[in-house]
Amino acid sequence: MAATPMVKAEAVHKNFGRLEVLRGIDLEVAPGEVMCMIGPSGSGKSTFLRCINHLEKIDAGRLSVDGELVGYRQQGDKLYELRDAEVCRKRSEIGMVFQRFNLFPHMTAVENVIEAPLRVKRESRAVAVDLGRRLLERVGLAEKVNAYPNQLSGGQQQRVAIARALAMQPKLMLFDEPTSALDPELVGEVLDVMRGLAEDGMTMVVVTHEMGFAREVGDSLVFMDAGVVVEAGKPKEVLTSPRHERTRTFLSSVL
Amino acid sequence: MAAIVVLAIAAAIVYTIAAAIQSDPTAFGSGWAAVGHYVFHRLILQGIIVTLELTVLAMVIGIILGVILAVMRISPNPVVSSVSWFYVWFFRGTPVLVQIFFWFNLNLILPHIGIGIPFTSIWWQVSTNTLITPFMAATLGLGLNEAAYMAEIVRAGIISVEHGQTEAAQALGMDRLLVMQRIVLPQAMRVIIPPTGNETISMLKTSSLAFAASVTELFTRQQQIATATYAVLELLIVASIWYLVMTSILTVGQYYLERRFGRGTQRGLPMTPLQRFRRMLVTFHAPPPATQEVPAVLPSEHR
Repeated sequence: MAATPMVKAEAVHKNFGRLEVLRGIDLEVAPGEVMCMIGPSGSGKSTFLRCINHLEKIDAGRLSVDGELVGYRQQGDKLYELRDAEVCRKRSEIGMVFQRFNLFPHMTAVENVIEAPLRVKRESRAVAVDLGRRLLERVGLAEKVNAYPNQLSGGQQQRVAIARALAMQPKLMLFDEPTSALDPELVGEVLDVMRGLAEDGMTMVVVTHEMGFAREVGDSLVFMDAGVVVEAGKPKEVLTSPRHERTRTFLSSVL
Repeated sequence: MAAIVVLAIAAAIVYTIAAAIQSDPTAFGSGWAAVGHYVFHRLILQGIIVTLELTVLAMVIGIILGVILAVMRISPNPVVSSVSWFYVWFFRGTPVLVQIFFWFNLNLILPHIGIGIPFTSIWWQVSTNTLITPFMAATLGLGLNEAAYMAEIVRAGIISVEHGQTEAAQALGMDRLLVMQRIVLPQAMRVIIPPTGNETISMLKTSSLAFAASVTELFTRQQQIATATYAVLELLIVASIWYLVMTSILTVGQYYLERRFGRGTQRGLPMTPLQRFRRMLVTFHAPPPATQEVPAVLPSEHR
């Protein structure tokens, strides 16, 4: 039997009011796997990503991370909603990087990185700062430790955001279009950091429009449209010989 | 152009007043001398202390309770948010003077106030008149009323913080309280502080309503002296001078507070007026070297 999947989705549904955003998602992400998700905007890929760390509640189906249900506890055949503290603890094990960075503007780069280790994990300041400096060095920002977010370029901000997520030593990293808000010449530096993470064996789910990245770094590629997974497989196969008409149309419009 | 119009109107007003005084110099009599005499009067100075105490206490109650009410208001729990809504509706909808009078006369409906643990004999009770002194009545009236306004100000500040900030903090595993305390409120400060400064300045003056509860603050003191000496206008001027002095000091404090919480929103902070003044003095004495290099270029053009 294979190892427990890091992410396992079975018939996941999500509605916003009457709008069905996810209409039965089934997929699995193995530990160490890099899964890229592509699809037109409004296809539900970002929503699915946000369901994984319970920023959105799912309305039906089962979604688990590392063998544990997201947001619920099963007792017998009944599901109980988790208390806030438990939801927080589970979220702290999953890193998330946003399209618009969402760095805390009132804190310096290193303060952004050490905030969660200090307040959530309650690590000592010395340990946290040491970790923070090493992480910023890892994303190539050793000399920007004390800069405020608005003194950094978009690419630099996104790299701080990645360091901030890594500071909680997550077992899974979620990337929500991490390069979509960047100037074209800054995309490369962020993708390089992500490539390094993948090489170190991090499990990653990446919603992206970067087909090159998906092809080179991704272990699997999922194409979503209108709330369902249309096609999934090896990135090269999906990108070069898509089996579905919708995938073909989408790829021809973005490539 | 606009400046000329404004100056002209101001000049006209000053001229009118000056002319009125000149036409009947005895109207205000030795008024200014009396103003000078009472401005540092012991009772006036004591009144200022009480005014400051009232203002500080009422604002502390208002701010703490206001933050709690604002956080309650955005709670997902409908009971909690309704209680907050009701509080603001009630305390903002009735005059603060009425509220001060209410606390002042609380003993009429509630002669004793007690606190205890149910089903035990532990019970502690005190006469309302001992607990609710006039000063206490005014503090409660002003503070509880202020909380309703502060709640709305804090709520506006919280709403002004981008939702992505909350999500990023939640994604790191921070709970609601931590997110509020570490991420949202510090950023909301930028929006909260200017109106809070206004509220404090306003409170300084509104505290004169404590007159109604016979609290011996600045306004009551000047009124007492005026009644005894008939120097009504003089003492109103004395009180006004002090209110102006105190609000001016608060305005300066507000400026520096805003600067402090503006960190991270601008690239580098703007200079304070004091820094700008010093910079001006320095440039007067030593012109920057750049201006001396200019002539070196000019001769070549003449050739």
